[in-house]
Amino acid sequence: MNVRLADRLATSIFWLGTVFVLLILGFLLGYILLHGFNSISWHFLTSPPETIRAGGGIGPQIFNSFYLLFLTMIITTPIGLMAGIYLAEYAGRNRITEAIRLSIETLTSLPSIVVGLFGLLIFVNKTGWGYSLMAGALAISVINLPFLVRISEEAIRDVPGELREASLALGASQWQTIWRVILPSALPGLITGWIIAAGRVFGEAAALLYTAGMSSPILNFSNFDITSPASPLNPFRPAETLAVHIWKINSESLVPDVRQVADGASAFLVLTVLVFNIAARWAGRYIHRRLTSDLNN
Amino acid sequence: MRRYGDTMIKAVAFVSAALVVFITASLIYFIVSKGLATFFTNGISIKDFLTGTRWSPEPTSEQATPLVGSLPLISGSVIISLLAVCVSTPLSIIVAVFITEIAPAWGRKFIQPTIELLAGIPSVVYGFIGISVLVPFIRNNFGGQGQGFSILAGFLVLSVMILPTIISVSTESLRALPEEWKHASYALGSTRWQTIRMMIIPAARSGIITAVVLGLARAFGEALAVQMVIGNVRQIPTSILDPVITLTSAITMDMGYTVMGSLWNNALWSMALILLLISFFFIVSIRMIGRRGSLR
Repeated sequence: MNVRLADRLATSIFWLGTVFVLLILGFLLGYILLHGFNSISWHFLTSPPETIRAGGGIGPQIFNSFYLLFLTMIITTPIGLMAGIYLAEYAGRNRITEAIRLSIETLTSLPSIVVGLFGLLIFVNKTGWGYSLMAGALAISVINLPFLVRISEEAIRDVPGELREASLALGASQWQTIWRVILPSALPGLITGWIIAAGRVFGEAAALLYTAGMSSPILNFSNFDITSPASPLNPFRPAETLAVHIWKINSESLVPDVRQVADGASAFLVLTVLVFNIAARWAGRYIHRRLTSDLNN
Repeated sequence: MRRYGDTMIKAVAFVSAALVVFITASLIYFIVSKGLATFFTNGISIKDFLTGTRWSPEPTSEQATPLVGSLPLISGSVIISLLAVCVSTPLSIIVAVFITEIAPAWGRKFIQPTIELLAGIPSVVYGFIGISVLVPFIRNNFGGQGQGFSILAGFLVLSVMILPTIISVSTESLRALPEEWKHASYALGSTRWQTIRMMIIPAARSGIITAVVLGLARAFGEALAVQMVIGNVRQIPTSILDPVITLTSAITMDMGYTVMGSLWNNALWSMALILLLISFFFIVSIRMIGRRGSLR
């Protein structure tokens, strides 16, 4: 075949293939959002689900998702950051570092349902907490931690070596250098990574089915006593999240408007995750600009 | 005082990193010890577990020994994830090459961020779309034993789900190629297609294979999106329209309803052990591919 003709043909196949993939992905997004907008209303977003009648909402599930996210980030952010600092600043080339890296890779690639199985055994049964927010948060922390360590390490490594050398040359101690020079410069990268991690936690379901549980007690949003089982803030109550709710109603729900509830819940979930991802890009750039007054970026 | 503070902080950082190792070690310990209990405590032979097709963990009158044959689960996982990768890989390579070599500037700026954004869509949402669009479509157009819940639905959902992963990683590896190599190829009079076919794809081979392995790992470990659309019937499938079950979906379905320490529950841990071993296999392959790629 003529090489020019082959080139043209190949080019058009690349165009077609890409358009095809973009159409699929566009269809996905469009389907979720268009269907969802019909079922989302203020009532839907704030009222509790019904068990057999139509017209239930997803209010407690939304609260549970955000509260679980909050607990998970409280647990994993400091540990992830410190472990990232260790790998970027202190770790030598030795067996210990190799073990840490292998652990991170193992945790990253382990299916989340296996972490859920582990969480059910340790955090639900062995601790005696039963299905609870805390058990769910710990299970998700196992999934989230390796991701946060990697993000922190990369953000810290991206800081130019000259900054570190200048600080040390001025007589600053290693910790002063990390705290006053390296972490502020790494901040945009860290914030971007944290927000992306938050989006992933928000959508996770497999590890939560039998740790945070698939039910939510009747919550009284004016009850701030965290030891009361009806208080939304009690970390030892069962808590079904939004992603788990979508799975559950699709497999075992009795309400007649399952489809509509699932449509609305999926749209809200996807919108939230998209907002997290867009916010991540925007926040990183904004903070970088504020810190460096670099107007070109 | 300052020296003391420095040592303190270093210790805290080290303890945090060690905690990651501790968590991993305890996960592995529990998976291995509970996973092996099926064979050593309950006395099931490894061969029966891996190659058996009958599942009846409680002994009945006509069958004295319990059976936990898991071949249907293992074959289900393998078939679905391999088919998903087969569909996704060519499409992903096309998109990755398009982004780096062919797209006009607006395309580059727009396509890659969009695809990365889509990587964040939670897997239950993929499962939900599968159950509400794909399953009815298959039921109405092809029929089949599972009323639409089938291998076909499973691997199509997965192949879309892993597209963003494979595309992003392959795009990175194509970007990393030195610009001079392309200039050299064009200077020799190659057309763009010849450059792509004979220079770019072979040179980025190790990165592309890594991308495919990552996609395969994601497909193999996915639980809910698959569980929602495959029907979950313990059988060896004979047609692409048959319902099937995978390791992850079996764990999802049974973990809440089995008693800790029972054979059924231990068998779930054995499945987790298989998943763990497969994760290790993927990690080792990616490392080997990386090492081979960097030597060249």
